[in-house]
Amino acid sequence: MSRPGRDDAPDRLYTLTQGRTRSGPDTPFDLVTLVVAECDPVAGMQSEHAAILRMCERPTAVVEIAAELKLPVSITRILLSDLLSTGRVSARHPHTTVPSGLPDPDILEQVLVGLRNL
Amino acid sequence: MDSVTSDARAPLSASADNGLKIVIVGGFGVGKTTLVRSVSEIRPLNTEETMTQAGEAVDDTSEVRGKSATTVAFDFGRITLDTHNILYLFGAPGQERFWFLWDRLFSGTLGAIVLVDTRRIDESWYAIDRLEHHGTPFIVACNDFGGPPHTPAQIREALDLDPHVPLLDCDARSRESSKRVLITLVEHLQSRYALHGAAAAEGALQSPELAL
Ligand SMILES: Nc1nc2c(ncn2[C@@H]2O[C@H](COP(=O)(O)OP(=O)(O)OP(=O)(O)O)[C@@H](O)[C@H]2O)c(=O)[nH]1
Ligand SMILES: [Mg+2]
Repeated sequence: MSRPGRDDAPDRLYTLTQGRTRSGPDTPFDLVTLVVAECDPVAGMQSEHAAILRMCERPTAVVEIAAELKLPVSITRILLSDLLSTGRVSARHPHTTVPSGLPDPDILEQVLVGLRNL
Repeated sequence: MDSVTSDARAPLSASADNGLKIVIVGGFGVGKTTLVRSVSEIRPLNTEETMTQAGEAVDDTSEVRGKSATTVAFDFGRITLDTHNILYLFGAPGQERFWFLWDRLFSGTLGAIVLVDTRRIDESWYAIDRLEHHGTPFIVACNDFGGPPHTPAQIREALDLDPHVPLLDCDARSRESSKRVLITLVEHLQSRYALHGAAAAEGALQSPELAL
């Protein structure tokens, strides 16, 4: 097998993102941001955008989207920025820390309970 | 080898709203993917990040043209903890260039598991250095490949491990053993941050990053 995206020449990636440059330093997409579709794919939509909307009928992490599309994470982020800016998807960002920057003790407890129940 | 197929997808519940990260690091073939597979509810998936030779993630595709870009592949699995929290486990590759992407990919990670094969302990040094440098809390799990027995003290010494860092044996092929490794990490985080929280409350903590 070949790794996802392995054969993607940079030119193909360039075409996919229409030469868009960076998704921005404020890019809100973490690897584990959960993305949810807010509409159905429509005719004429870029196929990757349509694929993302189908995939995200239920919450789906950025990294899962990248794996499914067989695209590098950074390219996936650019595609997601497009969809977010046009309101076609919403993003559920991780919330693991309290304002001091330390992990939220309640979340850590929930993780522990979840792991013990496995 | 794991391949990416659509049938691996199992949708999350509509209420899922909080993704969490734990990263498993260690040398080549030390059992990272095996550990992920043992506890994951999906077959491990593989994806990658592209970066330039300068070690920067490629998010400006115009810059990639004509430059030799390289890729770092990593695999991951998933555990639904409850109706809101979804834990993603990442198996990070052994190669050093991967660490250039640490901040970009794994900032905000809860913590890391360093998997060690006691027959080649030195291959873990670099990972431990980088984690300490990044201030990422971690534990060390020795995956049993049937090497000569070592005492915990010998392993701590060989790794120059801080006495507060938990060290345990594991068998990454066993779900129970892998669960125990994850639980040990989270318990370690709880006790670290309980201390830090107390110190911060007293105003004694200047920089949590440095103190980790
Ligand atoms: N004896 C023994 N073998 C193991 C254990 N864990 C993993 N293995 C075997 O070791 C080999 C490598 O395991 P992987 O999980 O692929 O290791 P990895 O760290 O993901 O490897 P890379 O991604 O290539 O760096 C596989 O054949 C596993 O079956 C263990 O606890 N004991
Ligand atoms: Mg692996």
